[in-house]
Amino acid sequence: MFEIPDDKKYLESHEWTTTDGDTVRVGISDFAQDELGDVVFVELPAEGDELAAGDEFGVVESIKAVSDLYAPISGTVVAVNEDLFDAPELVNDDPYGDGWMLELEPSNTDEFDDLLSPEEYREQTE
Amino acid sequence: MGLRKPPLYDAHADAGARFTEFGGWDMPVEYDSIKAEHAAVREAVGIFDVSHMSEIEVSGPDATALMQRLTTNDVTALDPGDSQYSAIVNDEGVIIDDTVVYRLPDRDDRVYLFIPNAGHDEEMYDRWTSFRDEWDLDATVDDVTEDWAMFAVQGPDALETVTDAAPDANLGELSKFQATFADVAGVECWVARTGYTGEDGFEVLCPWDDAETVWSSLDATPCGLGSRDTLRMEMGYLLSGQDFDPEDEPRTPYEAGIGFVVKRDTEFVGRDALERQKEAGVDETFVGFTLLDRGVPRHGYDIATEDGDVVGVVTSGTMSPTLSEPIGLGYVPTEYAEEGTVLYVLVRGREKRAEIVTPPFIDR
Repeated sequence: MFEIPDDKKYLESHEWTTTDGDTVRVGISDFAQDELGDVVFVELPAEGDELAAGDEFGVVESIKAVSDLYAPISGTVVAVNEDLFDAPELVNDDPYGDGWMLELEPSNTDEFDDLLSPEEYREQTE
Repeated sequence: MGLRKPPLYDAHADAGARFTEFGGWDMPVEYDSIKAEHAAVREAVGIFDVSHMSEIEVSGPDATALMQRLTTNDVTALDPGDSQYSAIVNDEGVIIDDTVVYRLPDRDDRVYLFIPNAGHDEEMYDRWTSFRDEWDLDATVDDVTEDWAMFAVQGPDALETVTDAAPDANLGELSKFQATFADVAGVECWVARTGYTGEDGFEVLCPWDDAETVWSSLDATPCGLGSRDTLRMEMGYLLSGQDFDPEDEPRTPYEAGIGFVVKRDTEFVGRDALERQKEAGVDETFVGFTLLDRGVPRHGYDIATEDGDVVGVVTSGTMSPTLSEPIGLGYVPTEYAEEGTVLYVLVRGREKRAEIVTPPFIDR
């Protein structure tokens, strides 16, 4: 079984985001990292970039696949996880923790309502 | 059309394998982790089910003549139990497939078994039988692809693994590219000291129906096609249908860097074209490279000069699990093929510096 923490919301394309605090974190789900296999490369946007919900914000590559990353909500990039540049395997080892990808300052928190709940995402992965 | 399945398909699924389509077959791509499987082969021993590889047997009084005229290497150099890497080319010298040709023990006449790539069995059977008939040769050609399962046991501990399963066979006495019939777990198998990983290893052909007995007697980490691909890329070995392909990437053995399998003093289809190219020299050549910038080169990416002129193409690429560096293979104009030359691979439209390296990428 794949871990789907209750304190996060999800996209059909397997990104997760937290919904509390001023900034939100974004990463990919346990299910997604398992599907990809060994992650070997992550490409992320620059701090200050503006993203709209649904925008491609980067790429995650495993040995066997290349996968685009999509922004769950609109906002400004305030941090990216630079540890992933030297240690992309953190995405496999700890997808909800040290494998996070970026932090956004959301511009429209109403967009959280459009995201999948943990239950809805669980149904999608079954 | 349904996919063909190896005899141990269900056993692989039970062991947690994920599958991928390759050459019309549904094959394990990874069990747990491509990186871990890759490391097992480099450091210990892994076992691959490669039953998707084709097998064609050629026998009869004119078997040698037929093999000699349809492959580029010199089959007359083979004694029973020898094998050789070879190419199958068309009239223009373009590679249709690469293969290993084994000479089996003689029956009334010489007998050959050659291993085309996955999904090429029907095409090669047709090619062999139609040329046989055209040249009026007396040879029997059998497509025995689904008579033989095939396992590759590869890695520094491979000899120990096969010896445990075949204690009476003295497999350690085989030199590279030698083969013998041997009793493996009570089953008569064709065991060859060949492989596609750069490590010591053996390829074991066993009767399709005995696959389970033989597989379970070989104690090694199960590995899928994912690590088979990363292992061969680190060695710079060609992948049929990707690094050459008569339709999408038509290349001669000289362009593809396997001119050593072309014996121009033998008579074979495509020889005249290759003779001309040998004299004229090749315009483009197969190279290895490492990316100096962050990124992963992939099949189909363009290779450009500093001025942005697209001059070549990536045919294979990955993040090397052994080196943790992005490596790739592809074709560039010969003037850019020198070791140390810097070109640019276009990764999603962005230029990444690539330094030409002569494979293998690792010391082997």
